[in-house]
Amino acid sequence: MSLTLPEVMRIAALARIAVTPAEAAGVQAQLNGILGLLEQIDAVDTAGVEPMYHARDVTLRLRADEVTEPDRRTAFQAVAPRSRTACISCRRS
Amino acid sequence: MFDASLSELADALAARRLSSLELTRLFLDRIAGPGAALNAFITVDPELSLAQARASDRRIAAGEAGPLTGIPVAHKDIFVAEGWPSTCGSRMLANFASPYDAHVIERFNAAGAVILGKTNMDEFAMGSSSESSWFGAVRNPWDAERVPGGSSGGSAAAVAARLAPAATGSDTGGSIRQPAALSGVCGLKPTYGVVSRYGMIAFASSLDQGGPFARSAADLAVLMNVMAGFDPRDSTSLERPAEDYARDLARPLKGLRVGVPAEYFGAGLAPEVGSAVEAAIAALERLGATRVDVHLPNAGLSVPAYYVIAPAEASSNLSRYDGVRYGYRAAQYDGLVDMYCRTRAEGFGPEVKRRILVGTYVLSHGYYDAYYLKAQKIRRLIARDFAEAFARCDVIAGPTTPTAAFRLGEKVEDPVQMYLNDIYTVAANLAGLPALSVPCGFVRGRAMPFPRTRPGAKVACRSGSSSSATTSPRRGCSASRTSTSRRPTGTSACRRFLGEGLRA
Repeated sequence: MSLTLPEVMRIAALARIAVTPAEAAGVQAQLNGILGLLEQIDAVDTAGVEPMYHARDVTLRLRADEVTEPDRRTAFQAVAPRSRTACISCRRS
Repeated sequence: MFDASLSELADALAARRLSSLELTRLFLDRIAGPGAALNAFITVDPELSLAQARASDRRIAAGEAGPLTGIPVAHKDIFVAEGWPSTCGSRMLANFASPYDAHVIERFNAAGAVILGKTNMDEFAMGSSSESSWFGAVRNPWDAERVPGGSSGGSAAAVAARLAPAATGSDTGGSIRQPAALSGVCGLKPTYGVVSRYGMIAFASSLDQGGPFARSAADLAVLMNVMAGFDPRDSTSLERPAEDYARDLARPLKGLRVGVPAEYFGAGLAPEVGSAVEAAIAALERLGATRVDVHLPNAGLSVPAYYVIAPAEASSNLSRYDGVRYGYRAAQYDGLVDMYCRTRAEGFGPEVKRRILVGTYVLSHGYYDAYYLKAQKIRRLIARDFAEAFARCDVIAGPTTPTAAFRLGEKVEDPVQMYLNDIYTVAANLAGLPALSVPCGFVRGRAMPFPRTRPGAKVACRSGSSSSATTSPRRGCSASRTSTSRRPTGTSACRRFLGEGLRA
């Protein structure tokens, strides 16, 4: 199926990526080209096949419920675009 | 010195014929001089590298050196390293300096290796040409008008051009093997879980795997002995005893069953690549291996299945780049949601945005079953094909890419053509298998290396000779041949052997 322009803008909004009206037609054409490639999987009979969500069928390991990390708040806050006292900050507009 | 193997460099350092400081300076000068035009590095910091080199020299003097102590290694800029910018080739992280080291970086640091620099790459490892980097395209050392492959193109170009003795990379759908192939060096994607993903910036977590670049399989084994190992901070890290990847280097090939899938030699494969790979397989037979015809009937579905699954995982992983906690933030916006949208529109390049949009779509309500669930079922079919093939053979041999290196800009505007370049590599990631690319020749009339890949259930390096065959941009056309093996015991091994050089 092909995506319409409103559908492209809806997906962009869901993905939190601003797409300008000038870019929209180009994005639409490229996405539809890619979806054309992906649609090859439609014709495959996968009845009764278990999906393989991971490269290895293993159960994720659990760790003990213990504090293992030291307090490195200053270091982690230092990479934020903006921070104030103990908080990462973000102006509203 | 630029052509020396890792063991030769280690011997020279141990014998004090050379200091790590001198060696590191040699490579730094080469990067800044003739290597600069390749744009293979995003960050080089001589002060940091030389400080590490001095520390390594002290360690060597104290008699505490290991196989990599004092040897400079270039790292793909997907591995975060404290004190270094860690950009992942993106404007989003152009000014990000990680407060911690990736597990791979920790392991190299602990071994006394020197960080030579951070190599250029496709943005967030999404690409097959290393053209989508915010820091500009990488050029192929064999022909500067062509791509080195991607996404780990900077690492591949650096090793090929002798700007680094070895390098690291990451492989989600071929990002180590494809640039290794197009740049004429050896590249290994280990079994999923063998190398920790901790601190390796995430693209598609069920597929991502770090691995080494080098000029020979023996060197790959040395690097794997440092990189591989259990890490509790990566929930999918394999918990198994450490192994010596060099242990089978001298093991002969007699008795090795090499599976050759007809599906890898059909339409789309450039005839000159096909004939070079066939010649290499014939050389394996001369060395005692047995050719076995196998089938991978769903091989053609691996690209569409991959380009559903990888973007889906990427759209989730890259949701963390929102301009709040770290990375780029748009200067002008109106409200929080607008800040997210503008930050991501300005911080990501076109290919990353395309993949996030595709991933968002295939995971969205009403399309999840048709795309994502279906692709995961096809992934199972592809993995089953390999399991059935490996009942009849120990390794599978075939081309790494359909063609030799293509021209810069040739596929940038056509994402589908770019994706189809991954036809022979993505299946190994979907199935979690190890796979190796080694050079097997050059395109006639142009110094473009041929690619060849071998996925196997377990990887090991084996050598039939103690001498080393390498490809050299200066010397031209020698070829090393390497294979992976699947062992009934389930232990990993890496095989390397040498045949005569292939002349194009």
